[in-house]
Amino acid sequence: MSVSIHIPTPLRAYTDQQSVVSVDGATVGEALSALTGTYPSLLKHLRDDKGRLRSFVNVYLGDEDIRFLDKEDTAVSAGAELLIVPSIAGGAGEDEAQAELPELNNEEISRYSRHLILPEVGMEGQKRLKAARVLCVGTGGLGSPLLLYLAAAGVGRIGIVDFDVVDESNLQRQIIHGTSRVGAPKVESARDRILDINPNVQVDLYNEALTSENALRIMEDYDIVVDGTDNFPTRYLVNDACVILGKPNVYGSIFKFEGQVTVFNYEDGPNYRDLYPEPPPPGLVPSCAEGGVLGILPGVVGCLQATETVKIILGAGNTLKGRLLLYDALNMKFRELKLRRDPDAKPITELIDYQQFCGIPGADDHQEAPVAEGFERIGVKQAKEKLDGGWAPYVLDVRKPHEAAIVTLAFADRLQPHEDVLAIADELPRDRDILIHCKMGGRSAKAAAALAAAGFTRLFNLDGGITGWATEIDTSLPTY
Amino acid sequence: MSLTIDPSELSKLQAHAEEGYPHEVVGLLAGDRERNRVTRAHPLINERADSAHNRYKVNGLTVMRAEMALNAEGLEVVGYYHSHPDHPADYSEYDRDHALPNMSYVIASIREGALADLKSWRLTEDRSVMTPEEIQQL
Repeated sequence: MSVSIHIPTPLRAYTDQQSVVSVDGATVGEALSALTGTYPSLLKHLRDDKGRLRSFVNVYLGDEDIRFLDKEDTAVSAGAELLIVPSIAGGAGEDEAQAELPELNNEEISRYSRHLILPEVGMEGQKRLKAARVLCVGTGGLGSPLLLYLAAAGVGRIGIVDFDVVDESNLQRQIIHGTSRVGAPKVESARDRILDINPNVQVDLYNEALTSENALRIMEDYDIVVDGTDNFPTRYLVNDACVILGKPNVYGSIFKFEGQVTVFNYEDGPNYRDLYPEPPPPGLVPSCAEGGVLGILPGVVGCLQATETVKIILGAGNTLKGRLLLYDALNMKFRELKLRRDPDAKPITELIDYQQFCGIPGADDHQEAPVAEGFERIGVKQAKEKLDGGWAPYVLDVRKPHEAAIVTLAFADRLQPHEDVLAIADELPRDRDILIHCKMGGRSAKAAAALAAAGFTRLFNLDGGITGWATEIDTSLPTY
Repeated sequence: MSLTIDPSELSKLQAHAEEGYPHEVVGLLAGDRERNRVTRAHPLINERADSAHNRYKVNGLTVMRAEMALNAEGLEVVGYYHSHPDHPADYSEYDRDHALPNMSYVIASIREGALADLKSWRLTEDRSVMTPEEIQQL
């Protein structure tokens, strides 16, 4: 199959000054071999001494970079156009590749022997792992398996950012934390487990929330950032900081039974904003605390993130750059979507207020809310006092039936999921106060707003929900 | 053959490199390849935000688009320029490793924000070294 190859200006001296050369080949690799077969003096400028394309030599098939296709195995059809486009690069600094790698002692050689006998890792790769610095944002469901495996694999320096403490409800999936550590800061619990697995690891703890103020300072010291967060503001923050600092962002996310994994901002690849330029409206996508998550799901997704992290360190194989891997645990299926850089995307030059960007109201916004909402908000303590004083509202639970199976308030009158609350509007009393509750108070506020819009006037939202009631009023009730 | 640069373009290159200090700046040098003469210094944006003080990089497609625009004006790319903040105008091993032959690589040494030295280099056929070439102002 005849393919035309565009030759860049500096290399035309080797193609008799031709800017386009026609060759035969069924793949990009074959076409390039045919080219260097005809013009052998091109070879050393296109490939290094191991035969790999030089890092600055980019090859495009039409307008697609072959690194985002099947690299040199990319098939070409007759009449296809290949472009050889060298990027220009250099600078006064010493060559990173020449930088000295740390040595391994005998204990490390025994420990990593199953790696060392893999040619793709070997001594050099294991030394690269030892020299690597990886920051994990979050030590929850994703961070747990990820940190365990990065530590076991011999990553030399691991930073962990988390401000939370271990809670009983974490233990179903956050396997780095044990029952004995409930109540302890997550970063400390994670560190102790990591050092038990591999005392050679240097663990840096950041027992704080990642913010626009500290993100660049914290992330600066690491080669790779792994995103194990569970909320949109932090995801955008991690992404933008990685873009500004030029660091790869190994991304994972989970919900119920489905997960997503990719590598953002790596070797000219797309970043999170190419996938999601704008955050979803607040409340549209429930968190794992609201929607639930299969405990094993983050195990799979976190392990995929760990694999990609190790591959980047080793420079081995093909990463998920430019590909979004979708995992469906319920049907046990993996699918892939192609991601591209958005040529019209605004450049990311500074960190912003990500809470505001994601439409999450600040403290000030709350005070005006009741006026606009059309219903009253009542805390659990205030509700208890009123009830003790003889208040007898109609109590509507707007959670799902499987949640009601876990625990209910003894004085609840009716269960109706919040999204379908208007279906029973005719059956609700209009001449009585209605107290609406869910798990935390979010869904019940939506139900109250819907009923207010339908003309109900005596509505009370139980702020804090049944969880608040179980924590502050009736501690015999379980929380979930 | 020596490299000839128009004084106005040399001033432009100098201003770009001094304004960019302490970061490295990068650009194209265009004009007449046969006479190795530069009549246009064309600044580009350094994409190495992670290490701009001692590295530069411009994506291949960006370079190609800039080159096509210059070609449309009847100019050919003669070489590239970049700055070395607080470093000599000598090429680094990293520069050599990322270079191609048949192009002039002009390096501007900037010390404390002011141009201190300017040298031009060309990669040999066997990629082993870069050899200096004289810079003439016309």
